[in-house]
Amino acid sequence: METAARRSVFSILDAPARLSIHGANADSDGDAMLNAADLGLSSSAPLEFAHPTFAIPPIANPVEFLKHQTSIDAKNRIKIQHGTTTLAFKFNHGVIVAVDSRATGGSYIASQTVKKVIEINPYLLGTMAGGAADCSYWERELARRCRIHELNNKERISVAAASKLLSNMVYAYKGMGLSMGTMVTGWDKTGPQLYYVDSDGQRLKSDLFSVGSGSTYAYGVLDAGYKKDLTVEEAIDLARRAIFHATFRDAYSGGFVSVYHVKENGWEFINRLDVNDLYYQYAAEPKPKLL
Amino acid sequence: MSYDRALTVFSPDGNLFQVEYAVEAVRKGTCAVGVRGKNIVVLGVEKKSTLKLQDPRTVRKIALLDDHVCMAFAGLNADARVLVNKARIECQSHRLTVEDPVSIEYITRYIAGIQQKYTQSGGVRPFGISTLIIGFDSDKIPKLYQTDPSGIYSAWKANAIGRSSKTVREFLEKNYKEEMSDDDSIKLAVRSLLEIVQTGAKNIEISTMGPDSVLRNLTAEEVESIAAIIEAENTAEAASKTPGGSK
Repeated sequence: METAARRSVFSILDAPARLSIHGANADSDGDAMLNAADLGLSSSAPLEFAHPTFAIPPIANPVEFLKHQTSIDAKNRIKIQHGTTTLAFKFNHGVIVAVDSRATGGSYIASQTVKKVIEINPYLLGTMAGGAADCSYWERELARRCRIHELNNKERISVAAASKLLSNMVYAYKGMGLSMGTMVTGWDKTGPQLYYVDSDGQRLKSDLFSVGSGSTYAYGVLDAGYKKDLTVEEAIDLARRAIFHATFRDAYSGGFVSVYHVKENGWEFINRLDVNDLYYQYAAEPKPKLL
Repeated sequence: MSYDRALTVFSPDGNLFQVEYAVEAVRKGTCAVGVRGKNIVVLGVEKKSTLKLQDPRTVRKIALLDDHVCMAFAGLNADARVLVNKARIECQSHRLTVEDPVSIEYITRYIAGIQQKYTQSGGVRPFGISTLIIGFDSDKIPKLYQTDPSGIYSAWKANAIGRSSKTVREFLEKNYKEEMSDDDSIKLAVRSLLEIVQTGAKNIEISTMGPDSVLRNLTAEEVESIAAIIEAENTAEAASKTPGGSK
């Protein structure tokens, strides 16, 4: 049907390895071409609306090549950094999301004011850990796909579906150097939901996650104080403290703590506080009993 | 110049003849009727009189697309098979990518989209079938949709496709009531088919689905008994109409 036109487009663009493997499984028409669904298109949408597929460098095996270039004994080793602390947890009044704001290139602090929460739409949030470009690009693409879903189906997309869309998009580039550890969260008709999606193709659902180089420190504080029936104030305070403690000990996290609260009718931005000020504020308080 | 050869050519007065001829093919197929009640959707199909040596169980015109969606069709049976297979794959694909079963409207839109695609391509002909798609979404509201070879789809309270569908539809328009009970909906479906099926209840197949999204195929005996009830109601009505008393 549209085979001739499709084939000529894709001779210039080498579709990512996984997509072309899938496309080779011919659909029942016997068309051995890329499935409309692979490109994020409904069956009749024009190609311009396909989700972006990037030309892969003309190397025989990009996955192997990258593995080689990032291995310890490579000559000019590419070091992919993931400095950050982000966290999110579900509780009885929705979801709290808290992030730091430091970006590092090696031991150089590139910025203290990075926005690590991506507002996908008024009721879906995504966090950013890993490669800033990868996170913000793909989450913007996710926002576009979510909007199209809304228009086609006359109802908001579920958090499960949104996180799966993101996961499937990046899975096509697995092993090719995307670096993204993100949490997708929102409140849909099944209640508040929280998913973790990363560029390895992992997608997990849970009540509590922390992602990034400072996540271990954040988990320590979170796990000590987390309860499902926290009040909104307590939950925001816990999240803020967890990020603060991570920034205190992790060199690659710092700057400002931003906190968001996801409620039934959408997310709300709480505030953005300097970790320096938080240090003195917490130091002045009596230490709470942990056990 | 004949405008009915290639599909992708409009006629001067704006017709796509191949699509209209496909609708003719649908009119030749055995009748299928769908009725939406308050808490039930009913599909009824006219069973082609089986040839003696044919196994009737292998000639089914009501197909399950997923656990909660069901489809009947009228027209070229082989074309229906292709569409049903595509729809079944899409139902599972949807479950995989969205982690949710399809809504009835979604799968109808998908099937209609395929039918439309085949009206705008070279080297293919349209599917010669119209479909009736029933089911319940998670909102527990009964749904009935119809598609046709042009790729149009819409929701219906009751509809009929296939041969004599005009007669059946008129009957439905006259006798449809809003929010019918389960029994009344089934009776309406059987009644409407009995209008056109000469040989009676043994050539009618009825399937129903309730808010539990479980498809129930009525047995031949059950259909016979419903037909008997209808027969009794008819005679009672006829008797009450004739001037009573001795004349």
